Amino acid sequence: MLAPFLQYLISGITVGMVYAFSALGFSLIYNASGVVNFAQGEFIMLGGMLAVFFSKAGLPFPAAAVLAIVIPTLLGMMIERLTIARAKNAEILSLIIITIGISLVLRGLTQIFMGKAVHALAPISDSRPIHLAGAVMHSQSPWVLGFTVTVMAMLWYFFRHSLSGKKILATSCNRSAAQLMGINTQWVMTFSYAMAAALGSLAGVLITPITMTSYDVGIMLGLKGFIGAVVGGMGSGMGAIAGGLIVGIAESLGAGYISSAYKDAMAFLLIFVILFLRPRGLFGAKATDRV
Amino acid sequence: MNEVQKSPFLGLWFLGVTLILLLALLPNGYFLDIAIRMAINAIIIIMLNLLIGFAGQISLGHAAFFGIGAYSSAILPAHFGWPSALALVFGALFSGVLALILARLIFRFKGHYLAMVTLGLGIIVSVILTNETAWTGGPDGMAVQDLDLLGHKLPGDRSWLGLTGFLLILCVWGTINLMESPFGRALRALHGSETAAAAAGVDLARYKMAVFALSAVPTSIMGSLTAHYVGFVTPNLAGFTHSIEMLTMVVLGGMASIYGSVLGAVLLTALPQLLATLDGWETVALGAILVITMIFLPKGIVPTLTVYLGKHSR
Repeated sequence: MLAPFLQYLISGITVGMVYAFSALGFSLIYNASGVVNFAQGEFIMLGGMLAVFFSKAGLPFPAAAVLAIVIPTLLGMMIERLTIARAKNAEILSLIIITIGISLVLRGLTQIFMGKAVHALAPISDSRPIHLAGAVMHSQSPWVLGFTVTVMAMLWYFFRHSLSGKKILATSCNRSAAQLMGINTQWVMTFSYAMAAALGSLAGVLITPITMTSYDVGIMLGLKGFIGAVVGGMGSGMGAIAGGLIVGIAESLGAGYISSAYKDAMAFLLIFVILFLRPRGLFGAKATDRV
Repeated sequence: MNEVQKSPFLGLWFLGVTLILLLALLPNGYFLDIAIRMAINAIIIIMLNLLIGFAGQISLGHAAFFGIGAYSSAILPAHFGWPSALALVFGALFSGVLALILARLIFRFKGHYLAMVTLGLGIIVSVILTNETAWTGGPDGMAVQDLDLLGHKLPGDRSWLGLTGFLLILCVWGTINLMESPFGRALRALHGSETAAAAAGVDLARYKMAVFALSAVPTSIMGSLTAHYVGFVTPNLAGFTHSIEMLTMVVLGGMASIYGSVLGAVLLTALPQLLATLDGWETVALGAILVITMIFLPKGIVPTLTVYLGKHSR
């Protein structure tokens, strides 16, 4: 009775941490510009696919992982400079459509250059599963947990104690006021895209040994991260982490107790529940509209 | 809406003449097939454009309504012996009611909630269609019976083009008139400024609800017709990619433009025919069109051209 529950909980939390990374990426960009970045999932996909690519090319894992994070990060900055920054006076709707277009381009190019096959990646430590009170844990899970906690702590420090972090917070609080205070809000935008891409690709590298990867996993991973961000309250950092975990756990419990075929539908049902009960999300601020 | 004010029905004549020429001149099944798909897509895009262009709301799951229509027309006659016309009406009603319920839930709030809720709807509908194998044939899809209109069957592709072309002209004529009605004026006010429209007494939530349902019903009907026309349905019809294709058509042709919708549908229905052998590049092309249009032609082709021609004719 307890063992299967524990089992679902463990796998839910592991996947949930990936959704949390993705949700954080959404929140970062949403805060900086009000845009829902639909390309977020493709960075997760790119992280996993590039790690596979460089591992197969013979690089040791740490080098492959670093490259698989650095390349999407640079790509994120480039995308912001070349597209979002150019459509300066565009409506939010247009910017969202641009990010949808970017996600299609990234997915299509990956399909062309790496094919449609599903790829596996070796776990960081040896691949024997870990037994825990009757439940079985993938040997990668502790690594995912460790990296998540470390990165979250670093992010917390960054936003609390560094000037760059405070610039981002100031910009998301009030863009024009931040600009008047001499903050380069254009830099903040580019940096936000870089950070979102870095978080996404790191999540991709971490989860691939467990879930495997292919050119089209970005849609679902991105959407679930997005739901996590909405559930937690769009724009809230704490909310993104909590929301991502909730989506992961709900999905895993739903797959275990209801039907694994409807695993993907579970996350989307959550959207309806949250819209009914708490439309601003768990940690969302009560927003007032400026006219 | 410049184009409509200047020459509201000129385009309609143009469409009518084009249709007759196509009916008379198109040589073989392949080109007829593309023309039929263009007409079907154009109707969907005109209605979807009312939602995106005027109400300023993105639907990322409009293919769900298309799928509901298609599968109503596939399942109800096959499993329950319903006449196909009744199945089509059922699908349309179901889509309309579903849209109204969702809209009621969403439009209490400002912001881009519709994008995510329609996204969720699209995914849930495709997951159901893929998994309920006993009813839907699962990922392999299922065959659909011929369309039966009061005992008459459509004899061939030429009559299909006649039917869909006629519906397209009806749809353009209807939306032009709709835009001149009090409802249309409210929509245009909404498009200009939501705050100003609300101040002038437009009930934002109610109009958005109405437009969403209004765009869902024809999409479902076109799904039904497509199912009968092709004779086969798969869950891909309701999939995310199909929804994105619809969005791209709206954006390329021009938001809030009726003839832009027709042009967007025509261009992007032709595109896969050109790229059919290049798997993957099709996705890249769709994405690139979205990005490039939004950066360089944010208003889309037809409204940009209208403004340009207007400047030079004076």
